[in-house]
Amino acid sequence: MVPALRIEDLSVEFTQRGARIAAVRQVSMDVAPGECVGIVGESGSGKTQVFMAAMGLNAGQAAVEGRVRFEDADILGTGPSELNRVRGSKLTMIFQDPMTSLTPHLKIGVQLAEVLVCHAGKSWSEARAAARRMLERVRVPEAARRLTQYPHELSGGLRQRVMIGMSLMCEPTLVIADEPTTALDVTVQAQIIDLLRSLRAEAGMALVLISHDLAVVAGLADRILVMYAGRVVESSGAGALFGRALHPYTAELLKCIPSLSGPRLARLPTLTGQPPRPGEAFVGCAFAPRCPRAAQRCRTERPLLQDVSGGGPEPHAAARRVACHFPLSA
Amino acid sequence: MSVPATNEPLLRVTDLRVRFGARAALSDVSFDLFAGETLGLVGESGSGKSTLARAILRLVRADRGAVLWRGRDLLTCDAKALRGLRRDLQIVFQDPLASLNPRMTIGESIAEPLRIFAEESTALEIEGRVAGMLERVGLAADMMNRYPHEFSGGQCQRVGIARAMILLPKLLICDEPVSSLDVSIQGQIVNLLLDLQRDTRGAMLFISHNLAVVRHLSHRILVMYAGRIVEIATRDALFAAPVHPYTRALLAAVPPPPAEGFVRAPPALMEAPAAEPPPTGCPYRDRCAHAVTICAASAPALEAVAEGHWVACHRSRELLSFAP
Amino acid sequence: MTALALDAARRLRSNPGAIWALAAILCMVALTLIGPWFSPNGSEALDWSHVASSPALQSAHWFGTDRLGRDLFARTLEGARVSMAIGLVASAVSLGIGLGYGAIAGYVGGRTDQLMMRIIEILSGLPLIFFVIFLTVIFGRSEYLLFLSIGAVGWLTMARIVRGQALSIRRREFIEAAIASGAGTARIIARHVIPNVIGPVIVYATLTVPQIIMFESFLSFLGLGIQEPHASLGTLIAEGAGEMEAAPWILLVPGGFLSLLLLSLNLFGDGLRDALDVKEG
Repeated sequence: MVPALRIEDLSVEFTQRGARIAAVRQVSMDVAPGECVGIVGESGSGKTQVFMAAMGLNAGQAAVEGRVRFEDADILGTGPSELNRVRGSKLTMIFQDPMTSLTPHLKIGVQLAEVLVCHAGKSWSEARAAARRMLERVRVPEAARRLTQYPHELSGGLRQRVMIGMSLMCEPTLVIADEPTTALDVTVQAQIIDLLRSLRAEAGMALVLISHDLAVVAGLADRILVMYAGRVVESSGAGALFGRALHPYTAELLKCIPSLSGPRLARLPTLTGQPPRPGEAFVGCAFAPRCPRAAQRCRTERPLLQDVSGGGPEPHAAARRVACHFPLSA
Repeated sequence: MSVPATNEPLLRVTDLRVRFGARAALSDVSFDLFAGETLGLVGESGSGKSTLARAILRLVRADRGAVLWRGRDLLTCDAKALRGLRRDLQIVFQDPLASLNPRMTIGESIAEPLRIFAEESTALEIEGRVAGMLERVGLAADMMNRYPHEFSGGQCQRVGIARAMILLPKLLICDEPVSSLDVSIQGQIVNLLLDLQRDTRGAMLFISHNLAVVRHLSHRILVMYAGRIVEIATRDALFAAPVHPYTRALLAAVPPPPAEGFVRAPPALMEAPAAEPPPTGCPYRDRCAHAVTICAASAPALEAVAEGHWVACHRSRELLSFAP
Repeated sequence: MTALALDAARRLRSNPGAIWALAAILCMVALTLIGPWFSPNGSEALDWSHVASSPALQSAHWFGTDRLGRDLFARTLEGARVSMAIGLVASAVSLGIGLGYGAIAGYVGGRTDQLMMRIIEILSGLPLIFFVIFLTVIFGRSEYLLFLSIGAVGWLTMARIVRGQALSIRRREFIEAAIASGAGTARIIARHVIPNVIGPVIVYATLTVPQIIMFESFLSFLGLGIQEPHASLGTLIAEGAGEMEAAPWILLVPGGFLSLLLLSLNLFGDGLRDALDVKEG
């Protein structure tokens, strides 16, 4: 079975102010067709850069190494005009702030229809009808009226629905959603997550959901990858991860989420130190300075991502990998 | 953290109204804040919570209303008197890097309040106080000659807190102080604020959209929507038995922490259809499952439904019996 | 401050055009300062034996002489020194006035701003040449008048630029933080507004210098500025214009120097803007 997306040994390096910043270090992952993979990480984790590179979006500014294959076609070696046939149609992206990713001076209907006109060669009238159907599909009330409105006339949640609609116009195989709910209020967030869930059930496309918020990812992902300092530190099925995290970072991060129920705490749980700066260099494990379990070995030898599923033929979704010398027991 | 027993409020806000052009950013906002108390202010975008913080400090002009700080109205006193009062009213902002002057070292930024109020006379004394404050907020004293862009978000926020606290203000307003920080360090900053508050025994107005964080910090909570206060209650009452439909929706919308039981239950909520709330009547009515005709006619005022529990809803009495 | 300056310096260093321009400017400045010692002729010495002689490196007059037998090399250097001095001083004056004026107007805003901007608009509307002529008629010709009228030009646009910058700074959070700390308007303008607008302002100042030199040259060309026996690049060009057919070098030498100077200043100013701009993002 050909994975929707296969990333092998991807490394992304920027040059900023004369210094070389390794934003992503040797990241590998697969996204199976129809699967939802959650990518969790904080600042400096490199989670967005992985997928900017996978879409071929930072070719000019960064040094990218490794291999990225979308449905078995090479991405990194392909030029922009070839890539543009795939990007926006079969491989689409939803960004964090819909206000800045929607063109402010074009009506919603035009922006939606444009996708079909450019990628599928449809006529404007056909495309407009399809746009209206898409707005209904993403549950935007009064779809016909919305087509004639401008982005600033819609609330944040509705704009994000429009963005989601745009990404689905050509029935993509894979949608990459980069922090799609971060700029939204929590009451709207729940609905967007719900929308994404039902769209996936209906259309069966693969979804990569990038977020710093574990709770958001929990609502959608089949499998979760946790990133820290440019590397994947844990990869696991969602249920297994939340049931028992293996990497100390994941476990501590889960503890940091304050709850609405449960006992009230006099002090909030937290990690010591700070998240790594993008490209910060480390000897040994990058998490060691903040890890409650760190030992001498952690400071000298960098742990590799290893399979801990316990051997035997495992369905891809259930595989567990962790990069730690002393993982928490499964 | 018990509720302090004083009956004279340190801060009394009455009928505060702020308009930006035609838009009402704040309408009829009234509440009290007591010494030693942490008052949580919760709301989403457009609720007016940041505007409220700025209106209290007269960083934004209010059209109507009064802000009584220990009996003196901040909104009508003259500029010089206001500047004098500012030493007791401080604020920590949401974006730590933006709240620091990029051309001043962090030491200079922290020292500025001292210079403004001529607290210490010699440069050495000032340096000593700044060093002490830096250590108190968890930074090394020798960092004082560095510039803000050399620090991370969390560290910049500590600098902002040091600057706000150096004169030991009686009221600290925190406007979303941890929202732009990574989850793994939010706790550090919140815990620091709690420690400092314990030291100064001051009052704190903690503004956030994150209900869970507010729950752990506050004695009482105000819930705002579209520029109005819709509910005031003690923390326990608010989380155990919220009354206003918006408060209930807000609490229901918070996704459960994954570690607590991996439940995928989609809450049924209504979304804001337009960028602006309806201009007349109750601003929440176009999203409210309980809206009736009177809700379009007039905006409800805050009414007491229990001791210390106020709700602005025409149907609050009925909703009391409705379990959330 | 230094960290940001070092950053800008590094970016500047990687811009070859700007570096060459800076080198050219420094050479020209050095030349005007120490050149006269190397030149065998004074700028006012009249050499009757070599009237209007063409440039010849072997002769005593490298760049030739003018109609009165004065060495063009020495004259040009003196003219350049005067022009550059005027450019520098007038720029500094306009920077000083414009910075203060613009920062106050931009930060204080409201009616004060409206009033201050109306004043600028009225002054901008005055046809400058008539203004200068008018002053000349009243006060007679003097070099102080020259400085005054040039200063009167320069600060207007500087004030507008600073005001624009101050307006955008005013809304930034660290200004709110300063107000919330109890800082008064004077302190905020001095310590928070001005240091943060200085970047674009310095760039504009370097671009003003060539404008001022041009304006001075123009005034002197019209006979309203520097007078005989003193020289500025403008007066030299005026002289040279009259001799264009017979002795073109009298125009070309000072003209060429002026062109090179202006080009270098503009290139350097552009480079400086690029170096300082990127950091702001």
